[in-house]
Amino acid sequence: MEQQKYIVFLFPSVSHTLKAEKILKEQGIAHKLIPVPRHIGSDCGVCLRVTADRQDAAESALQGRVNWEEMVFL
Amino acid sequence: MQPDPGADPIIYFDNAATSWPKPAEMIEAMIGGSPGRSGHHRSLDAGRIILETREALAELFGSNDSLRIAFTKNATEALNIALPGILHSGDHVITSGMEHNSVMRPLRFLETQGVQISVVSCSGDGRLNPEDVLAAIRPQTRLLVVTHASNVTGTIQPIAELGQIVRDHGFLFCVDAAQTAGALPIHVDEMAIDLLAFSGHKSLFGPQGTGGLYIREGIEKHLQPLMMGGTGSRSEFEVQPDFMPDKYESGTPNTIGLAGLGAGVRFVLAEGVEAIRSKEEGLTERFLKGLASLKGITVYGPPDAASRTAVVSFNVAGVSPSEASLELDERFGILCRPGLHCAPAAHRTIGTFSRGTIRFGFGYFNNDEEISFALEAIQSLAGGSTEQ
Repeated sequence: MEQQKYIVFLFPSVSHTLKAEKILKEQGIAHKLIPVPRHIGSDCGVCLRVTADRQDAAESALQGRVNWEEMVFL
Repeated sequence: MQPDPGADPIIYFDNAATSWPKPAEMIEAMIGGSPGRSGHHRSLDAGRIILETREALAELFGSNDSLRIAFTKNATEALNIALPGILHSGDHVITSGMEHNSVMRPLRFLETQGVQISVVSCSGDGRLNPEDVLAAIRPQTRLLVVTHASNVTGTIQPIAELGQIVRDHGFLFCVDAAQTAGALPIHVDEMAIDLLAFSGHKSLFGPQGTGGLYIREGIEKHLQPLMMGGTGSRSEFEVQPDFMPDKYESGTPNTIGLAGLGAGVRFVLAEGVEAIRSKEEGLTERFLKGLASLKGITVYGPPDAASRTAVVSFNVAGVSPSEASLELDERFGILCRPGLHCAPAAHRTIGTFSRGTIRFGFGYFNNDEEISFALEAIQSLAGGSTEQ
């Protein structure tokens, strides 16, 4: 079985992350908040993970409503 | 919606200071844990509560981005971010003759630091004429700061008109909404408000220790924070973040208070600001009409309820405000506030410095019977005095 591929959105702050979470929840886009993986950031915060196939849907949902700093493949 | 059932048999007319009682759901929202800032799920739950409070406030103020709101402990702290954060030596600021000390004291301090201040006089009932603001504008004018409504007379200022003037002239507009957030419609875009300082514990039905500052996009780049410290973001850097809301929210937040504030704001949204305003205006009108029929009473501020919030300042001939309020409390169980209400400028404008006034601040949970009872109580106080 092929390993699931993920994208994480990194936001400037927890407030931004939770706002993004709320938007995805409202739009019914599956997601998970996870601690920022050490290899992509040294911050103590959380980031938002979606499966790679939901990247476009997540991006268009968040576009213009909450700014993210980076989008990284896991 | 019912107020907190723990209410005592008193008549509470000090809502302009702190609203009471609070909606029962506000108390319920504050019961529960509030862990700090981490990535674990309990901490995130706390973060979500704060986000929901932000979102409710953004909806109330007509902002499409809740992250433009930074929380503070009260409107005073918000004004202390806005005023010293914007104004520097050589700048000119315009304000009105009806301001609270939460505006005037920071401005008087800034004056000693080289900021030029124009205090535009208001009419005897506290109204600021936009034409007078226009006349006060200078090339160095950086900011207009005015109260949306006076905490002494309730006089409502023409905020949208003032906002248009400021926008036309390209400086910034800061509004002190301590008395009006939740009590009057506020729309930061339609009113061209750049900085909106609000109090959580008055007409938003939150607990004391909550308030905030709306900051229009881009202004944060030039607005110094009052405090710096840990924000749970950009932890690898030792410089303060430069983005909203973290730039102005250092240290562990008042999660329990903000949970209560969120419930209070949702109560306001559910009832509707228009419905709240309509009820409060009705109570105020009834009281003003009743006072007009009594002898020995001087009422300050606009004659009509439509031009003021649910605040009425008055005096009883021959009785000092402090004596009157003590009598009202001890004999009638009516709680109000006498004195200068932290606004000496406003009292100079209406001619009651240094005597002060008796201030009644009505709220959404007051009713017609309480107004009638209060009018009888005032009549009895006035009856015992020599008419002047």
